[in-house]
Amino acid sequence: MSTPSLEEIAARLLQGARAHGASAADVVVAEGDSLAVGVRLGEVEKVKRSRGKHLGLRVFVGERSAVTSTADFSREALAGLAADAVALARVTAPDPYSGLPAASDLTTQVPELDLYDPALETVTAEQALQWCKEAEAAAREADARITNSEGAEFDAGTNRIVYATSHGFTGEYRSSSCSLWAVPVASQNGTMQRDYWYSSQRHLAQLDAPAAIGRIAAARAVRRLGARPVPTCEVPVVFDPEMAASLLGHLAGAVSGDALYKGTSFLLGRLGEAIAPSFVNVYDDGTLPGALGSKPFDAEGLATRRTPVVEGGILRSYLFDSYSARKLDSRSTGNAARSVAGSPHVSPTNFFLDAGTTTPEEIIASVGSGLYVTELMGFGVNPVTGDYSRGASGIWIENGELAFPVEELTIAGNLLAMFRAIEVVGNDLTRRRSVSAPTVKIAKLTVAGT
Amino acid sequence: MSNTTLPEPARFFLDRFALTENALGETIGSAIARRADYADLYFEFTVQESFSLEDGIVKKAFKNVSQGAGVRVVAGDKTGYAHSDDVTIDTLRLATRTAQAIADEGGENRSVAVRPSSPSRDLYALATPPIATGLDAKIALLNQVDITARRHDPRITNVLAGLGVEQKIILVVNSAGVFVGDVQPLVRLNVTCIAEENGVRQQGTYGGGGRVEFAFLTEGDRYLRFTRTAAEHALRNLRAVDAPAGTMTVVLGPGWPGVLLHEAIGHGLEGDFNRKQVSAFSGRIGEQVASPLCTVVDDGTIPNRRGSINCDDEGTPTGRTVLIEKGILRGYLQDRLNARLMGLPTTGNGRRESFAHIPMPRMTNTFMLAGDEAPEDIIRSVSKGLYCAYFGGGQVDITNGKFVFSATEAYLIEDGQLTHPVKGATLVGNGPDVLTRVSMVGSDLQLDEGIGTCGKDGQSVPVGVGLPTIRVDGLTVGGTQA
Repeated sequence: MSTPSLEEIAARLLQGARAHGASAADVVVAEGDSLAVGVRLGEVEKVKRSRGKHLGLRVFVGERSAVTSTADFSREALAGLAADAVALARVTAPDPYSGLPAASDLTTQVPELDLYDPALETVTAEQALQWCKEAEAAAREADARITNSEGAEFDAGTNRIVYATSHGFTGEYRSSSCSLWAVPVASQNGTMQRDYWYSSQRHLAQLDAPAAIGRIAAARAVRRLGARPVPTCEVPVVFDPEMAASLLGHLAGAVSGDALYKGTSFLLGRLGEAIAPSFVNVYDDGTLPGALGSKPFDAEGLATRRTPVVEGGILRSYLFDSYSARKLDSRSTGNAARSVAGSPHVSPTNFFLDAGTTTPEEIIASVGSGLYVTELMGFGVNPVTGDYSRGASGIWIENGELAFPVEELTIAGNLLAMFRAIEVVGNDLTRRRSVSAPTVKIAKLTVAGT
Repeated sequence: MSNTTLPEPARFFLDRFALTENALGETIGSAIARRADYADLYFEFTVQESFSLEDGIVKKAFKNVSQGAGVRVVAGDKTGYAHSDDVTIDTLRLATRTAQAIADEGGENRSVAVRPSSPSRDLYALATPPIATGLDAKIALLNQVDITARRHDPRITNVLAGLGVEQKIILVVNSAGVFVGDVQPLVRLNVTCIAEENGVRQQGTYGGGGRVEFAFLTEGDRYLRFTRTAAEHALRNLRAVDAPAGTMTVVLGPGWPGVLLHEAIGHGLEGDFNRKQVSAFSGRIGEQVASPLCTVVDDGTIPNRRGSINCDDEGTPTGRTVLIEKGILRGYLQDRLNARLMGLPTTGNGRRESFAHIPMPRMTNTFMLAGDEAPEDIIRSVSKGLYCAYFGGGQVDITNGKFVFSATEAYLIEDGQLTHPVKGATLVGNGPDVLTRVSMVGSDLQLDEGIGTCGKDGQSVPVGVGLPTIRVDGLTVGGTQA
């Protein structure tokens, strides 16, 4: 007995959904392999391998819909899946905005975006452990104050996605990703500080050198030693690129059609308004070759694209999938994403703040007294109002220089006011994650401490 | 093949995957054939249903079935793990070879006698598990949530509600001869209300559940109380003032504010961090880490609680572990690996999100025991400070002990009275230090309503927390009003 291909399984499910009374349906099938290894204090700590597959069927019965998903690909399980989905859909309420995108909106070609590295299929645990050992050793050798380690870890995964709809779309693509992390612990005078550094890519050859990752991680941990709070004050705050990316993440959430139609976005009704100074430009671009957030088509079969979200400081576009676009009388921007077990929702692809021209050193030098934030903690962001209050640590800036480490602080403000108060954008954008930003300076925020 | 003499859920898995007791014994035996200390097989079958309401209608319904098995081999502090959602004796053998690669060659082929046993108790024996309740009742409940919230106040402009129902069946077979399964029901209702007035929008969220029947939500109109609480919370936020900034006296209300213990104390006492000596609490057993008013326990045995389990995901029965006794640090939370390496007993805290994850020491229900003070006396004792009634979530850096959590319902305390509601404020502090500042402990211990999910190293597990009203002298509050 031959095993049916994923495409055959998808086609069979769509037929089954029709047979049970669905008026339309779509199927996403994902399969993949992963490897995760870890080293601690020079010794192997963990080797983990997996092989997985999962599929999700979404059915529409008129304007009603439901999703069923399973990891059981047996013929009986798949036969039951369509029946279950239709039964579930029948108990939901009709939603006039539901449905597949118009067939004319579906992409007709699947671009090659260089998202898959076959080298990641053949990485051995031994090779991966060696990279971890190099990264951790470099961290431990970098400074005598690195006294312990939470280790180094390498993860890699390869995936194949097949997406098919009852109105004729079938597309598939492969993707891969890998990352290497090091987490050293520094100590001094009986106190410990931990920090990390990492590299994450779709292609193995593009990962940073293990020793470089380890050395940066060590420097980050050591520079936190002796951190203390400062008195409560209002000062300029400089976000390093990783932390600035977290601000971009909040922006991505606020321009999502899902948050807008639910009324949970502080950017509701602000299209066309200046939400930042004129030098601020933010793009969502799902077409960048090899980038972590790229994909050849979105979770509804629409082409991904480059969407100017903020240009010249003006909020130019929200991000939509077809449901939120219909709700808000707009058009999808190709930003549908979907987990196998879920229904499509809006998600950014590669979402980034465009680089400016100022170096991070010049930005720090422009601050008389203020905070350079290197870590943010907690969940104190209210998406409805934009009110922002998070735990922070980093380095205090005195007279334009990084002076001493600080911790146990909070920074608070309002996201819209914060974007409007962006004073400088750095020239140091690197796409380390799918949401990324260069260094950003905000003119003034409340820093709470002692 | 017939496995009709086996207790559930062993029979369920053996039938489903066409396995036998002997085959499992042989697999475990070969898993520890090299120089391994321990091996286990973990089988899981989970059905999840969820329903979401927005814009006045239940517009989405989901059902997910996941299944799979993981094979783990432990040698010293090395762990080999392989898992697959395609479970046959052949895939188990392949997974076993992959997992045991971390162990050195040599050692002897051992045979392990595995004999199925049932847990000695059932903390959540339900006549009708929530997954078995009909779809209509679930939809009707969400519709009633919407009607109730909108009737509560015309300023409620939208209601977002989610009902999640799960039935997880697990089976653990390990090289110590444990062969035990569990059937874990779970239900949770979340309600978010959006309130709008004069162009200002705010939200409020509340909810609850547990390892209970679906009827738990309707008993005494519990789901309507959740709904009205979320609505009130949104309305209160409409008139909230900016939070203060700086160090001040903070009173934490009973119940869910126990998330403070979870973040500030609990994570730092997990065995893995302490074995590796990367926790701010490392090597401090027997030392005073809290005021003598504080006794903190982790208890996975409270019937029907979200954080409770009959046995952990390594087959160890859960228990009640005293973490802090009258201010003195007493114990850590352990899984098998860390307990063995530290020479300490396991505590039944080895948990994993699913078959695709390696177990780690995790909390169950973590709470502080009640003290003597009347809660109103605690509030009255503060001339200027902050009262926190509800929190969003928290996070901790276990190495330097710094924690953060976000108050979503808080009030200024002025001259011993709660006055203005305050907008979201973040509290920050230091784990080993914060409980030394507890100066009053109330008599009103409450456990939370059953909404907690804890994330660690990418794995989420359901947990509970609890707290009596406590007064903490000197926490940093991160507002904007300096």
